[in-house]
Amino acid sequence: MDQIPILQVGDCLLVSIQVDMHDRLALQLQDDLTTKIVSSRARGVMIDISALEIVDSFIGRMLNNIAAMSRVLDAITVVVGMQPAVAITLVELGLALTGVRTALNVDKGLALIRRLLDGPEADLGSRKE
Amino acid sequence: MDLEKSETLSVRSSEDVVRVRQAVRTRAVALGFSLVDQTKIITAASEIARNTIDYGGGGELRLECLRAGTRRGLQLVFSDRGPGIPDLAQALTDGFTSGNGLGLGLGGAKRLCNEFDVKSEPGRGTIVTLTRWK
Amino acid sequence: MAAERNTLIPAVIGKYQQQILQAWLDLQRGDSAANRLDPATVTEQSRRFLDELRAGCQSGRFDNIKAPEWAGIREILDEVSRVRASLGSTASETATFVFSLKEPLFNRLRSEIGKDADALAREVWAVTLLLDKLGLYTTELAQKSRDDVIARQQEEMLELSTPVVELWEGVLALPLIGTLDSARTQVVMENLLQRLVGSGAEIAIIDITGVPTVDTLVAQHLLKTISAARLMGADCIISGIRPQIAQTIVHLGVELDVVSKANLADAFALALKRIGKTVVDRAAPRAKAE
Repeated sequence: MDQIPILQVGDCLLVSIQVDMHDRLALQLQDDLTTKIVSSRARGVMIDISALEIVDSFIGRMLNNIAAMSRVLDAITVVVGMQPAVAITLVELGLALTGVRTALNVDKGLALIRRLLDGPEADLGSRKE
Repeated sequence: MDLEKSETLSVRSSEDVVRVRQAVRTRAVALGFSLVDQTKIITAASEIARNTIDYGGGGELRLECLRAGTRRGLQLVFSDRGPGIPDLAQALTDGFTSGNGLGLGLGGAKRLCNEFDVKSEPGRGTIVTLTRWK
Repeated sequence: MAAERNTLIPAVIGKYQQQILQAWLDLQRGDSAANRLDPATVTEQSRRFLDELRAGCQSGRFDNIKAPEWAGIREILDEVSRVRASLGSTASETATFVFSLKEPLFNRLRSEIGKDADALAREVWAVTLLLDKLGLYTTELAQKSRDDVIARQQEEMLELSTPVVELWEGVLALPLIGTLDSARTQVVMENLLQRLVGSGAEIAIIDITGVPTVDTLVAQHLLKTISAARLMGADCIISGIRPQIAQTIVHLGVELDVVSKANLADAFALALKRIGKTVVDRAAPRAKAE
C-alpha cells in the first residue's frame, strides 16, 4: 500500500506530495503526520505541493486539517511550491486556506518556520495565531 | 485519441475521481487548452465528481468534445440517481465554509467553467453539465 | 432543391474543357489582380480548378462543399487563396477567380442545351449555387488567415508591452501601460505569477500609473491576482493609482484589500523595508588635509 514519505529535517517534518492522491492516501497522510509530529516533537511541518497540478476542495480541506492538527500539537504548518495555475484556480473556486502559511519554495518555507519559531516575533509562551 | 468520440466513466469510488481527473486532463491537453484552463476544468470536474459520489450515491460522467464553428470545447455531463438537490438556488450561491466545506461548492465550480448547468429533481437525481471552451 | 442531382455540368466541362478554360483565362486577364501572378500559374490553377469541379460534380451532391467529395476542390482553393493573398490580393479578388467562371460556363451550357429552357434554367441555377458557395469559401479562408495573423500579432504585442522587471533581489515590478481589457489582464497576471515562482521574489509591485481607466472586470482580475500571489506565499503592492481610478474603484464598490502607494518609488521603498533592506548614504569623503 503506497504511502507518502515524511522526512525529518531538524525539528521540522517535510512532506512532498508527488502523486495525484486518492482519498485513502490523503487520510493516511493526515494520520501519519499527526503521529510523527508527536513522536518527533516537531515544531514545524512543511508540505511541498510543487508537484501538484490540481488542488481541489478535498485537498484544500486536507491541508486545513493538517494545519489545525499541527497547531493543537504546537507546530507550525507551511505549504510551499503552489503552482500559479493552482493558485488562480483556488481563488476562483473560493477556497480559503485557513491557518496555513505559504511560501514560494522549500528554502523560504524553512526560513519562515525558523523566523516564526526563533525570531523576534516568536512568542515563547502560548502559541497564538 | 479519437476526440470525436464521447467517453463514459463510472463515478463511484475515490479511485474513480482520480480517473476522472486524468480523463479530463487528456482531453483538455489534446484540445490545446492553456495550462490555467486545463487546471480550471479538471478541478471543477474533481469537485462535481466528489459531489456525485458523496451526495448522489455514485453515478457517471460523459465526456464530449464540442465544436462550434472553429471553436472547440470540452463538455462534461455528470449524472446520478441520487436524492437530488433540495434548494438549487441556495446550493449555487453556497461558497466553501472554511475548513469544513459543507457547501456543495457548486458556485465555485461554476466560476471555473464557461457554461454550467444543473438539473436536479428531489428523489430523481441530478445532472450537472460543465463546459469549457478553448 | 434536391441535394443530389444528375447534372450535365461534368459532361459539358469534359467536352469543352479547353474552350471553357480559354474563355475563363481571357476574362481573368482583364482582371488586374490576376496580373500579379505569372500567366503559367494562373493557367495551371484554373485548369486544376476545372478538373476538380468536374470530379466533384460527378458525385452529384451540391449542398455541402465541406463533404469529402469536394476535398479536392477545397485543396486547390486553399492553395489559390494562399498564393494570391501572399501576393497582395484581397479576399474579393480571390473570390472573383471563382465567380468569373460563371460566364464561360453559362455560355457553354446555353449553346449545348439552350433549346430546352427548363433544363438550361436548372443547370444555370446549379452552377450558380455551387460557384457562389466556392467563392464564399475563399473569403472564409481569407478571414481565417487574417484572424490568425491578428492573434499572432496580439501575442507579440502582449509580450512586448508587459515586461516584469526585477527591481531588486526579491522585488518584482509590473508596470502596466495602456488600456487593460479582460483577456490581456489575465495573461499579464498569469505571467506575473509565473515570474514570482521563477524568481523567488516575495513582493510584486503592480504599477498602474500608465493605465487610464479601470473597469470592474479589470479590478477584479487585479484582486484575484493579488489573492493568488498571497496563496503562493508572496504579496503585492499597487502603485500609481490616479485620482480618477481611485474614484472609479470606490464607485464600483470594489474592496481593495491591498497596500497601495501613490507612486512606484514609494512602493519600492516599502518593499525594501519589508524584505529587511535599508538604503543609507555612503560616508562623506574625508576633507583633504590642508
